[in-house]
Amino acid sequence: MNRILEYLTRRRGKKKLNMSDFLSYFYLLLGVLIMFGPIVWLLLSSFKSSIEINRFPPRFFPYQQKTIMVDGYDEPLQLFEVMLEDGSTRELAQVRRIGIEAQMIDPENPEDIIKINIDDRSPVEYISFNFDNYTTGIDSFSFGRYMRNSIIVTVSATLLTLIINSMAAFALAKYKFPGRKPIFLIMIATLMVPLSVVLVPIFLVITNVGWNNNLLGIIVPVAATPTGVFLLRQYMLTIPDELIDAARIDGASEWRIYSQIILPLAKPALAVLAIFSVMWRWNDFLWPLVVMSKPDLFTLQVGLASFQGEYTVEWNLILAMTVLTMLPVTIIFAFLQRNITTGIATTGIK
Amino acid sequence: MKKSKWKRKLGKFYGMLGNGIIGFFDIFLGSIQKLIGLKGIPYLFVLPNLLIFGIFILYPMLLNFFYAFTGGTAFFPEGRPYVGTANFERILACENYLQPNTCQEDLFWRSVYNTIFYVVIQVVLLILVSLVTALILNRNIKWRGFFRSVFFYPNLLSPIVVGLIWQWILMSDGVLNGILMNLGFDRIPFLVNANWARFWVIMVSVWASMGFYTLILLAGLQSIPSDLYEAASIDGASKWKALINITLPLLMPTMIVAIVLALIRAVQVFEIVFAFTGGGPGTATMFLVQYIYNYGFTSPNRQFGVAAAASLLMAGVLVVLTLMQLAAKREESY
Repeated sequence: MNRILEYLTRRRGKKKLNMSDFLSYFYLLLGVLIMFGPIVWLLLSSFKSSIEINRFPPRFFPYQQKTIMVDGYDEPLQLFEVMLEDGSTRELAQVRRIGIEAQMIDPENPEDIIKINIDDRSPVEYISFNFDNYTTGIDSFSFGRYMRNSIIVTVSATLLTLIINSMAAFALAKYKFPGRKPIFLIMIATLMVPLSVVLVPIFLVITNVGWNNNLLGIIVPVAATPTGVFLLRQYMLTIPDELIDAARIDGASEWRIYSQIILPLAKPALAVLAIFSVMWRWNDFLWPLVVMSKPDLFTLQVGLASFQGEYTVEWNLILAMTVLTMLPVTIIFAFLQRNITTGIATTGIK
Repeated sequence: MKKSKWKRKLGKFYGMLGNGIIGFFDIFLGSIQKLIGLKGIPYLFVLPNLLIFGIFILYPMLLNFFYAFTGGTAFFPEGRPYVGTANFERILACENYLQPNTCQEDLFWRSVYNTIFYVVIQVVLLILVSLVTALILNRNIKWRGFFRSVFFYPNLLSPIVVGLIWQWILMSDGVLNGILMNLGFDRIPFLVNANWARFWVIMVSVWASMGFYTLILLAGLQSIPSDLYEAASIDGASKWKALINITLPLLMPTMIVAIVLALIRAVQVFEIVFAFTGGGPGTATMFLVQYIYNYGFTSPNRQFGVAAAASLLMAGVLVVLTLMQLAAKREESY
């Protein structure tokens, strides 16, 4: 026993874990519980039937009642564990329930009907992950359409952001032209005023352009992110000018320099911006909420928020749709978490 | 064998496609370059970004001033008469600023006080929790990457998802009340009681964003040179002393950046709360941005002028905060 403990607490450098190490790990494990607990709970709940989900106090795992097919009955019957008058317990199937009385039969011997008080029986259950919430949710919430809108918006806005931001960043990083400083300063200055503050006038502009209830209205306006320009420009500043001069001497046009020298070299920064942009656009809520009034054009986030008002009681469906909504970002994070965390740590942008 | 051949062919195809597109634009833009010369090229490159930026961000910001100084309920500018500072006066008309009931725009002042209360407590708590977590992660910890990712993960969730998850947990029939009941306590109406709702709004927002600040602070901690600690331990300084005298002072610049960033975000709090409590119960968790949103987009008689005036007042606060951040960043880089 002691040797196991010694083995477990052994580590590099120092010989043993001390008190503060134990406290640290305790804190971190508590952190894992608080951070992941709600997610795990959401996930488990999303597999529960609508009866199970309204149960209070709730149970940890999704349970389902066992049913059995009995000769002479078309529908499967629910199985209960019944306490009989003589004190013994048996597994019986319920035929029907009238008030506080339940009519039960023995599956082995379906002819005899046993009448009991409903308080004397308890359901026979097993843990079951039930995907019904997902299938009905997708059907009844036009979830597929919202998903499609979200994917269109995320992909096209990200591509647009990468192209126009990198072009602007290239000009701001590699040319000295009159107006460069004011342009850069104005962009940085607008970083501080959030979209939420100028909602009304942006809505007016969108209306004038004729883009409400048009996916373009939530793709184009957000694509020119000052954050992205800033991020890319800072990175492009580190690319040596000599490369550009050499290409120019060889007769390359400025467009070729941008597309075949600068862009390949700026790949790491472009990747960071691409990841951020996907996250931003996938999670955008306020802006699509304001621009879109036709349910056909809702993105997942707006759609999810609208279910909440519409189907207040159907938590099982809402939770399943919530899980689906967070799935893509979660998968991206699972594969790219190192890039994401170091990208944020070095740029300070989220 | 066959597959790799296909792959190579596909790669070749994409390469040709890419070259084709670049070449096509090269002919097009090359001739423009001849037309406008090398001096004009940078303008061409900033144009797309600047155009979208100007139309959809800069112009609306200027337009906001127009809305703030005009009145009426019309949405289009033609129908809006100039009213001078009436919108601001309406917002600021108050007998006693400490009692929102005596103000003409009592909802504005209520949301201002809610926001101030939220900002102060949330930022202090957020930075404290993030700092402790970063300090612990900076120790000689196994699976640091894993823990860092765990704390960061909620940052990726959309505000709607965060709001829904916590609403589900805190409902009166939710799991937290279930646990309380199993422990022998009474149920608590977390989202119905005003003070509990305020408490949970702060907790949930800390939950959702602490990983980000932990990352920033951890990066700051890891940039402190380790020989400083070695020197301190040779001099016989305790770990506690090293924390107070080395770590915290050297972390200060990063801390200030993190604090100002947290302040800017806290002032703008809206989406999580919108999905989580909807501003309720009553107006207990109604914050400034929601006030602006309500006046602009939901109330039966929309008051665009008042919304714009309120947003200008808020933008003023944000500008001050951002200038503080820029100053702090400059200090950090020196």
